[in-house]
Amino acid sequence: MDALTGHLGEFGHGLVTTVHMTVVTTIGALLLGVIVATLRICPVPLLRGVGTVYVEVLQNLPLLALLVLFVFALPTIGITFPLFTSAAIVISAYEGAYLAEAIRAGINTVGVGQAEAARAIGLTFSQSLRYVILPQGLRAVIQPMGTICIALLMNTSLAAAVGVVELTQAANNVNLVEAQPIAVFTGAGLAYMLLALLISRITGALERRFAIVR
Amino acid sequence: MNPNQQILFDVPGPRAQRRIRIATVLGALAILGGIAWAVHQFASHGELAAERWQPFTTWPIWRYLLDALWATLLAAAATAVLSGALGLLLALGRLSAHRPLRWLAGAYVEVFRTVPALLLVYITLFALPKYGLNFPLFWKLVVPLVVSNAAVFAEIFRAGIKALDRGQTEAGLAIGLRRGQVMRLVVLPQALLRLTPSLVSQLVGLLKDTSLGFVVSYTELLYSGQVLASYTHLLIQTFLVVALIYLVVNASLSKLARVLQARNGRLTTRGRSAAREPAATPLTPGSTAR
Repeated sequence: MDALTGHLGEFGHGLVTTVHMTVVTTIGALLLGVIVATLRICPVPLLRGVGTVYVEVLQNLPLLALLVLFVFALPTIGITFPLFTSAAIVISAYEGAYLAEAIRAGINTVGVGQAEAARAIGLTFSQSLRYVILPQGLRAVIQPMGTICIALLMNTSLAAAVGVVELTQAANNVNLVEAQPIAVFTGAGLAYMLLALLISRITGALERRFAIVR
Repeated sequence: MNPNQQILFDVPGPRAQRRIRIATVLGALAILGGIAWAVHQFASHGELAAERWQPFTTWPIWRYLLDALWATLLAAAATAVLSGALGLLLALGRLSAHRPLRWLAGAYVEVFRTVPALLLVYITLFALPKYGLNFPLFWKLVVPLVVSNAAVFAEIFRAGIKALDRGQTEAGLAIGLRRGQVMRLVVLPQALLRLTPSLVSQLVGLLKDTSLGFVVSYTELLYSGQVLASYTHLLIQTFLVVALIYLVVNASLSKLARVLQARNGRLTTRGRSAAREPAATPLTPGSTAR
């Protein structure tokens, strides 16, 4: 226990970094997810292709390989960002592909009649998407998006492997000093479980507030 | 592809066609601009020079990378077999009639679904050796992956078993099979067949997880790439080639999952319509009241 209480500062810092990273990348991934899902269903064949390639490439590459490529290899061609920003960009891009697929699945659940009605009253593609399809489609997939956000939370730990000191790395550092692995890693594991519980509570509340009962 | 795609917009008329053409040109210009910028970045840092790519046309480098790929596939296969078996046991535990068993399996799944794999890797690397559990390198990667993937597999199996029509279990019990027999002879064969696509696509996730070998320094693809890059100083080239190998392997697996999904879809719809037809025939005008 001393190992935990004696290093609250380090743990707190790691926890804050993990939460910060999770919030930032969730927002980034949501934006990207909506954009890519829109690309995949838009009338322009070229842009549909771009969306498909994006999803295929990012879902089939390991996140760690992307992080290594971005953090260690891109500087050799003169593209550098601060470490935290790099990790946030890569994780957003990666989870954005998964969210795009979830959102597309949500769009598919919207009744055909809704889209037909939107066209019948003269809405354009982007208008019908914005006012009719997306508001309903997103509500249908709150639960799956919550699951992806929990996966995102767990994936922020991979930033540790390229040098970001977040919760996992903080735990590892404390353990290297204190050599009390059970207390330290159990503490970190519990913190992740609590964060995941928090996310599923939030998505549960959103679901109750917004979901449409058909 | 999906019905909405055709519903969201009409068959384009002349004006819409013009707009689509403009969007296509703008999109193509943006893509070309991106490529030109990337090429410029590569060229201005001398990374486009032929001798910086030439090593990747030689056999020794490819043999090294293919060895690494083999190590990746080996770790993925070991993880798949072990975590699949453990996941199946956990799923059966969660569905069992014994409360303590249900509770234990449930606790396992809930815990390890929300603890990052990297934390488990750190535990096997830095915590377990302190208690005399010092695995060989291969198992230092595979054990944590099995522990975390088993929870994922358990959820897939449980969903598949629960999705199966209750009538199957009831019919099995009605002809006098015991619960274990019903599970083994009736429920599992059907559930597993329907789950094949999900299981194959989980293989992609699992194969991606083996990149944690980078942390363990087990010579799978990503770690070998790192070693090669520090030896040859061809950082971006090496990691791009490594990424390409991952992409080819995983995209083939994903494709396989989609093919299986499509085949299963045909199988189940055929099964369902075949089941409905005999039920439809006795529907005479008198029986509609039922």
